[in-house]
Amino acid sequence: MTKLLGSILLLAVAGVAQPPGAGVFAIRGAHIHPASGPALPNANVVVRNGLIEAVGPNVPIPPEAFVVEGAGLQVYPGLIDALSTWGLPAATGRAATPANAAPSPATPAVLERSIQTLEDGGPEERPSNSSWVRAADLLDPRQAALTAARNAGYTTAIGFPSGNVFSGQGSAYNVAGARSRQMVIADGIGQMITFPVRGFGGGFPGSLMGIIAYIRQIYSDVDHYRASQALYAKDPRGLPRPPYDRALDGVIASPRLLLPAGRLAEIDRMIRFGQELKQPLVLYGGAEAFRGAPLLAAAKVPMLINLRWPEAERDGDPFVKDSLRVLETRDLAPTGPAALAKAGVKFAFYSGGVERPADLRKAIKKAVDAGLSKDEALRALTLYPAQIFGLDNRLGSLEPGKIANLTVIAGDLFDDRAKLKFTVIDGVKYEPAPETAPETNR
Amino acid sequence: MNRRLFLSSLALAPSLAAAAGATLIKNAKILTVTKGRVDGSLLIRDGRIAALGAEVLAPADAVTIDAGGGYLMPGIVDCHAHVGADAINEGTISVSSMVRIEDVLAPDDVQIYRGLAAGVTTSNVLHGSANTIGGQCSVVKMRWGRSAAQMVFAGARPGIKFALGENVKRAGGGTNLGAALRYPATRMGVEDVVREAFNEARAYQRQRDEYQTRVAKGERVLPPRRDWKLDPLVEVLEGKRLVHAHCYRSDEILMLLRAAEEFGFRIRTLQHGLEAYKVAKEIAKHGAGVSTFADSWSYKIEAYDAIPYNAALCLRAGVLTSLNTDAPVTQQRHLLQDAAKTLRYGQLTDDEALSLITINPARQLMIDDRVGSLEVGKDADIVLTDKHPLSLYAKVQKVFIDGEMFFNREQDARERAERAARRQALIEKLKPAAPPAQKKGAR
Repeated sequence: MTKLLGSILLLAVAGVAQPPGAGVFAIRGAHIHPASGPALPNANVVVRNGLIEAVGPNVPIPPEAFVVEGAGLQVYPGLIDALSTWGLPAATGRAATPANAAPSPATPAVLERSIQTLEDGGPEERPSNSSWVRAADLLDPRQAALTAARNAGYTTAIGFPSGNVFSGQGSAYNVAGARSRQMVIADGIGQMITFPVRGFGGGFPGSLMGIIAYIRQIYSDVDHYRASQALYAKDPRGLPRPPYDRALDGVIASPRLLLPAGRLAEIDRMIRFGQELKQPLVLYGGAEAFRGAPLLAAAKVPMLINLRWPEAERDGDPFVKDSLRVLETRDLAPTGPAALAKAGVKFAFYSGGVERPADLRKAIKKAVDAGLSKDEALRALTLYPAQIFGLDNRLGSLEPGKIANLTVIAGDLFDDRAKLKFTVIDGVKYEPAPETAPETNR
Repeated sequence: MNRRLFLSSLALAPSLAAAAGATLIKNAKILTVTKGRVDGSLLIRDGRIAALGAEVLAPADAVTIDAGGGYLMPGIVDCHAHVGADAINEGTISVSSMVRIEDVLAPDDVQIYRGLAAGVTTSNVLHGSANTIGGQCSVVKMRWGRSAAQMVFAGARPGIKFALGENVKRAGGGTNLGAALRYPATRMGVEDVVREAFNEARAYQRQRDEYQTRVAKGERVLPPRRDWKLDPLVEVLEGKRLVHAHCYRSDEILMLLRAAEEFGFRIRTLQHGLEAYKVAKEIAKHGAGVSTFADSWSYKIEAYDAIPYNAALCLRAGVLTSLNTDAPVTQQRHLLQDAAKTLRYGQLTDDEALSLITINPARQLMIDDRVGSLEVGKDADIVLTDKHPLSLYAKVQKVFIDGEMFFNREQDARERAERAARRQALIEKLKPAAPPAQKKGAR
């Protein structure tokens, strides 16, 4: 009966999500890449109640398991998008809309209330700050981007709100599920900083250096806030009450800081800024990671690599002559991951500006063609993002006890023509499905 | 790593000549600026000028450079530039003293190399003039190919940009359609912003002092919040931070000098100060310097009364005077010619003319113990030109910073063809497979 039930559940695919942990499921005789160790050419993987139960060449398959024959299949840990907006509303900060424009209908009401009502004052206020907003609270399981992500072999995203200087807190979630609270793996795993440079018209801060100064003031305020609260908590009598400040609370609740850095000068600048702020740091962007690898290695700062490799603007001014340096960056950006691997820098890939998840494998292949080993490329899609965000005790490799997220391909992951067979998310099998829902958040 | 990548890689760029060890530049006409002309040799050791004179004893292992009878002069100091930074204006507010150019230094800005090729070795990189009290400046050495931290002129006195007049009152409103109007809109308002800011800074200073007093008494009291906007203004009040004020008209110059005196601090330099000649005595009395353009009259309404004699008249009135560029608004490669113009407009001597772009701006920035003239013990920031540097025909041949050669005209010329070929090859390589069809009349 259990087996029959499991089979029914597992056969019900294509976007119909079931509660996590349904049934027992196994892949027999596949080429398995655990990411945490060497590949196993002819091995089994057993999944029970949404978790990996066993992986190995001679692992017995329980009689109640629903079995998929693995001949010709390669099994990988579920791919992770290390910095994502899949399933989240479009950027919500002031950057996304001009000062006097009507609020975008794509912005959910919850954020309208939480962000737009903030007074945008001078630096004494808390403009462009939604540090308390959590991606987990914004997650919309109906978004077509999630289906597209699964179709591209992804099982998990590290999603962040975006658009504000302090955009909010990231959450790790699976890209399948009926309810967002079942999809979430961990929340509050980092504070996302963006640099919405808006010029003179939109209130402080409008420039890169204004944004940097503003961030510095916020962290300085955090220290003051903590000191005041501690003093007050000890004995409130005779002391003015420290004001409640959710913007600072959101910063305090964030265990790491994500800062953008593309060019070498930016990588250098942000490493030093993170050290000044005394925050555990993750950089994202990395167009010139091929130049910045030694700096990242020396500072032991991980880098998230945008899979949208730099290229000439499509409708750029034809009379603008790109400098040799810019051309070199475009040419060599895909060599960045190999340089990072060689320098011993922890790095992971993210979807960034790649609009269609289906194009991601092609983009990853560019890095492999530019010298990145397939093993390192796989880890940059699985184990490394899990490690960078402190989730490698539950995600990122095929090891007993970890969440049963698998990506199964009829061939090699890094052969972008090899077709995705299915993904397994929280132990549930998802076959490629039509991306039918209207996509409003492009 | 291939050689091309190595050459263009910022953090790893090799220097043209090593700083350590000794370099002898011989067969040169040495324009010291402060101590006349010496024909002979100059010895660089450990990044400093170790000796100069007709006969110089050099260690046996010194690298020798034959100047071929050319001229050595001190590296040019530009007291007002906007090169090598990823942001210039925080124009959203009228007091943006919390922002720092040092936070956004961009060592990959090609303007640095262009300035270097013009003989500029030190620049005061300023915040823009969009607001009354702008951001904190950064004095940098033009060490092209190095990191941002390595650009910074270590030990230079911190500075801050102020601005008066047209730019301040039109920013945030007027032509910026859709932008919120920003106070002030008049010169009266500009003065008020200065006063308000320093009143606020004084109150903040008092609050900090009061806290210290109460803590010393053993009282239990919440610490005041650190305000990164007011900290630098307190430093101005305490004389620890130099004020470089963008201004044009004589009336606003007097306004600012009086406002500063009222709050007990001094304006270090009046930047541009195109009407400074009208109030040169008052400026000299206050103790401010003037860093101006050689000409550029009437290019905007408030520059209507600018005259090319401004620098000479200010200098003669006892004002510490320099010439600047506002680069890249005007080019640093014009600085030598700008200095030469004062020979014609004001009959300055050669040394006076050169001092306008070397020792005087160094004094204005309070780095004249390190740079601005060729003297034993100073940083080996040296420019070699083929003709007298004030000649229209002079070309900068080599530029040294701290004894390292950062520009070499011959080498630059040699590598041009190679760079062009690499560029063309990359353009071909990066071309999309099928270029989109040309649209007719799309221009």
